[in-house]
Amino acid sequence: MQPETIRHTELTTSPSLADGFAPNGIKMSTTNLNAFFGELQALYDVNMEIASNRVLAIIGPSGCGKSTFLRCLNRMHEVAGGTMTGSVLLDGHDIHETDAVLVRKRVGMVFQKPNPFPTMSIFGNVAIGLRLNKGTPRNQIAELVEQSLKQAALWDEVKDSLDKSGVSLSGGQQQRLCIARTLAVNPEVILMDEPASALDPIATAKIEELIYDLKKDYTIVIVTHNMQQAARVSDHTAFFYLGRLIEFDETKKLFTNPAKKQTEEYITGRFG
Amino acid sequence: MLTRRVLPLPGLSSVKISPRRNLGDVVFKYTTLTFAVIVLLLVVLMAYEMYVESKPSLAKFGWDFFTSSTWDPVREEYGALPFIFGTMMSSLLALLIALPLSLGIAIFLSEMAPHWLERALSFLVELLAGIPSIVYGLWGIFVLVPWIRTSVEPLLSTHLGFLPLFRGAPYGFGMLAAGFILSIMILPIISSISRDVLKAVPQGQREASLAIGATKWESIRIILKDAKSGILGATLLGLGRAIGETMAVTMVIGNRPTISLSLFDPGYTMASVLANEFTEATTSMYVSALVEIALLLFVITIIVNILARFLVWSVTKKS
Repeated sequence: MQPETIRHTELTTSPSLADGFAPNGIKMSTTNLNAFFGELQALYDVNMEIASNRVLAIIGPSGCGKSTFLRCLNRMHEVAGGTMTGSVLLDGHDIHETDAVLVRKRVGMVFQKPNPFPTMSIFGNVAIGLRLNKGTPRNQIAELVEQSLKQAALWDEVKDSLDKSGVSLSGGQQQRLCIARTLAVNPEVILMDEPASALDPIATAKIEELIYDLKKDYTIVIVTHNMQQAARVSDHTAFFYLGRLIEFDETKKLFTNPAKKQTEEYITGRFG
Repeated sequence: MLTRRVLPLPGLSSVKISPRRNLGDVVFKYTTLTFAVIVLLLVVLMAYEMYVESKPSLAKFGWDFFTSSTWDPVREEYGALPFIFGTMMSSLLALLIALPLSLGIAIFLSEMAPHWLERALSFLVELLAGIPSIVYGLWGIFVLVPWIRTSVEPLLSTHLGFLPLFRGAPYGFGMLAAGFILSIMILPIISSISRDVLKAVPQGQREASLAIGATKWESIRIILKDAKSGILGATLLGLGRAIGETMAVTMVIGNRPTISLSLFDPGYTMASVLANEFTEATTSMYVSALVEIALLLFVITIIVNILARFLVWSVTKKS
């Protein structure tokens, strides 16, 4: 009855996706995911598989449910008062059967607007996750902070000013600080909600480079408005429209030879 | 088509645009400005009047006025220390009781409660602020004071009697009753402003903390850190309210100008002494001494309120 469900079964069995789609296995998957804000339905029966150590880009016009989908993956949707039905699996386990706090430690998130904690130093912003997760011994915190800042390609710029406030940095640096903060908790999946939309082109390029580097250690899902960005950074792309998953394929295929007319119209700029 | 749009409309060029603005608007602007200035003028005038009236007392007692604890209208000896002490003690006691309660209320309202419950509870809390202080006073005399006399004070003296704070006979009327009643009266202002300050912390901060695996409790602690100075401001506003509160305190504090560490003993506040004694102030020095207390109260409350408003503003302006 739902065309996208049929489409999904098509693509998971299609040979082009079967080989090489997920050489390291499936990290996350959703089954019949419906998301709501009160009476309003934001997502309709989304079925998707997210491959390990790959970058999945989610594109679509404003209000198509792409951010909502992202926020369902780490139970952030419920923080904004939303509800959902269907299941979201992380390594085969339903994330709603675990504590939300544990889910969010494994599935980190970077937001559209850089949001470092204004009362904390650069060091404190990265260390906060480690301090919350009590397990980290005190003497290892500094080391892990340095490591995370290096991974986020920010270390060289801030190593001499770790005591300065996190909000004293430029927008692009703040966003990389937020990425370092996310990395410090050592998640397995990183969700990014238009991480570069508030940044200038140079800062954007840095973030994109970073995403490319991070995928060898992490599984990344990025929501973006920018189709060039999706084409540049991602291995797979999902196109959402009006709360439905319209098309999901390898990025190269989706952008060069989309199967759906709506996808083609969107990526060629005819609407959205 | 395009060229026709940029052409001036026929007739427009012939309309003479006056450089002067509409006379009515100008008059209206200056009338309202005058009203606004009157408020400022009133404050300055009040301070000046009080200063002039208190001159004889200022000249005679000097700094001793603030350090002497003799208040003897018969011998014309005036020292305000017992009232300053009473005001500070009762206000601090009120803060001590009200602050944890208010913070709990504010955190629940801004971070936990569903929207409908938040609306309902906020309304009830703010309703407390609207009850006339004489009503609190009456309730204090007939309910609070007997309860303190028969239950609270005996309990405190048996268990904590080794502390100087809880010694003496349980009168009921005294510092403890004043602190209790003030805490209820300042609870609405501290909790509602703290709630506003917490709500002014951007949603992004809550999400950021949750996204790194913070529990609700840890997330709230991060939010509280952000809102710290605003909450301090809310507390100071509560303090300002407590310092100036007159009627309810006068009815339960016992009105005796003594300095005692024990919360069971009666005391006196600056506001209470003004309310009680200005009608009996027959000599000009008596009046002058009372006005000096009023001036002191005026200055303290203004400073506390300015500081408080500034702190609250420094947090909420960002949102």
